[in-house]
Amino acid sequence: MSTPRIRLPRSASEGEEIEIRTLIDHPMITAVSGPDPRNMLARFEATMNGETVFAYDFENGSAANPSFTFFVRAAAPGQFTFTWTHEDGHAYSAEGSVRVS
Amino acid sequence: MNNRYSRRQFGSLITASAATLAMPRVLRAQTEGRLLVIGGGFGGATAARFAKMTYPDVSVTLVEPHSSFVTCPYGNLILGGKKQLSNITHSYDGLRARGVNVIHDRAREIDAEGHRVTLDGGDVLEYDKLILSPGIGLRWNAIEGYDEAASEIFPHAWWGGDGSQITNLRAQLEALPEGGVVGLSIPDNPFRCPPGPYERISMIAHHLKQANPTAKILAFDSKEGFSKQGLFEDAWAELYGDMIEWIPASQDGRIMRVDPENKLFISEFGEEHRVDVGNVIPPQYAASIARDAGLTNESGWVPVDQHTFEAEAARDIHVIGDANIAAPMPKSGYIANSTAKTAVKAALAEITGRPAWEDPVYFNTCYSHAGADYAVSVAAIFRPTAEGFEATPDSGGISPRGPLSELSRNRRLESRYADAWYESITNDMFS
Repeated sequence: MSTPRIRLPRSASEGEEIEIRTLIDHPMITAVSGPDPRNMLARFEATMNGETVFAYDFENGSAANPSFTFFVRAAAPGQFTFTWTHEDGHAYSAEGSVRVS
Repeated sequence: MNNRYSRRQFGSLITASAATLAMPRVLRAQTEGRLLVIGGGFGGATAARFAKMTYPDVSVTLVEPHSSFVTCPYGNLILGGKKQLSNITHSYDGLRARGVNVIHDRAREIDAEGHRVTLDGGDVLEYDKLILSPGIGLRWNAIEGYDEAASEIFPHAWWGGDGSQITNLRAQLEALPEGGVVGLSIPDNPFRCPPGPYERISMIAHHLKQANPTAKILAFDSKEGFSKQGLFEDAWAELYGDMIEWIPASQDGRIMRVDPENKLFISEFGEEHRVDVGNVIPPQYAASIARDAGLTNESGWVPVDQHTFEAEAARDIHVIGDANIAAPMPKSGYIANSTAKTAVKAALAEITGRPAWEDPVYFNTCYSHAGADYAVSVAAIFRPTAEGFEATPDSGGISPRGPLSELSRNRRLESRYADAWYESITNDMFS
């Protein structure tokens, strides 16, 4: 359950905009209606070399299996960390790196 | 280009050189107008036949490139070994016998302003009203590496054509190594025949269960759910054990690239899946003639009036079948057949003085075979609204769910109903 998936290019030329795709399978149950207890992710955050480049705070309107596609300018070789944090504090994460030539 | 028909037989046919037309005797009585139908499938064949039967004094010409029609419905039964290509191939002789001018050529260009259509062979047809039922185009390279050449290795089998796609896929299934893997790539909505991929999975499993019981089916889907999902999943579990694995988009089921040479499906997140047989059902849009004529919007499909099916972008062109935008109605042969009649009545109302239907109703049933003597269905009735189309509440239904031990008679009966539906709808097109 809740496997984080990421896709980013292995390498990029300096200054190139690179596409990053992320996906996590998660039911995102709000418990607003229905009998199942609340089970929601609170936040998604992507960092490059320790700096946040993309973040999103989930709300009740967020769909199941949240997926993000975003673009980052590759100015330097990048070490990426992607973190999905549950409302209960538990976190899922994935890592990747992009070489810049 | 060799003309396979005599020009004298077709009053609506003109050529650049034939400025004056010798009107043949048979057409003198047909003074009510000229209806041209492009595409001889579920929409077009129905339209041509219905028009000729209902308005005998209207000249009806049907343009269809293939000399016989291979239906997509029941193509999956070839994969299951329950039908042969000849069982789903239909002749246009019945339409000819009814007085429809059937021309086997491809419509290349529509001049909406001039009310003319140019054929590949160079002939030009004039019309008063055009029924356009061109079907789908496949978005080649929308899945990277999936082009026409790749479809010889990974057949799509998503149009009838000359039948070669479906027989190619069947032959590959027959040659599947023992315990081999069959991969399917299934597109996001909208696409032709929403339950079709899942009937296909079932029919492939039906074949493999007998011929190659240790084989696996991996169904990669760009969606999270599908038509009649519960019914299909029940059937798969009951009939085929763990042979079938369905992988939704949230499990990285979206195939973004294929490598036919190395028999690979590559997922959105970079997983490489080796398959022995690959069936790629690519993303679709309206066939090129509709796109080239400027009838489509940014979605690639044709917006139409919900009462008449006249294209929003052109007068006197009524677009029916899978090419149009008619959600929540499915892109199904049943809907093409049902809406064809409404479109013909609307198109010919002005010419014949016979009114169009004021309150049209559109019918749909999608039958799917899940195994031997095992079919399920979903049915609905639709009506036009101010904004579009709407399913009439409580008008249809879906097969009941439950254990096969309790429902075997129901499933068997539905497979008979499906066969009877196929028989009757193809009669309504071609007899």
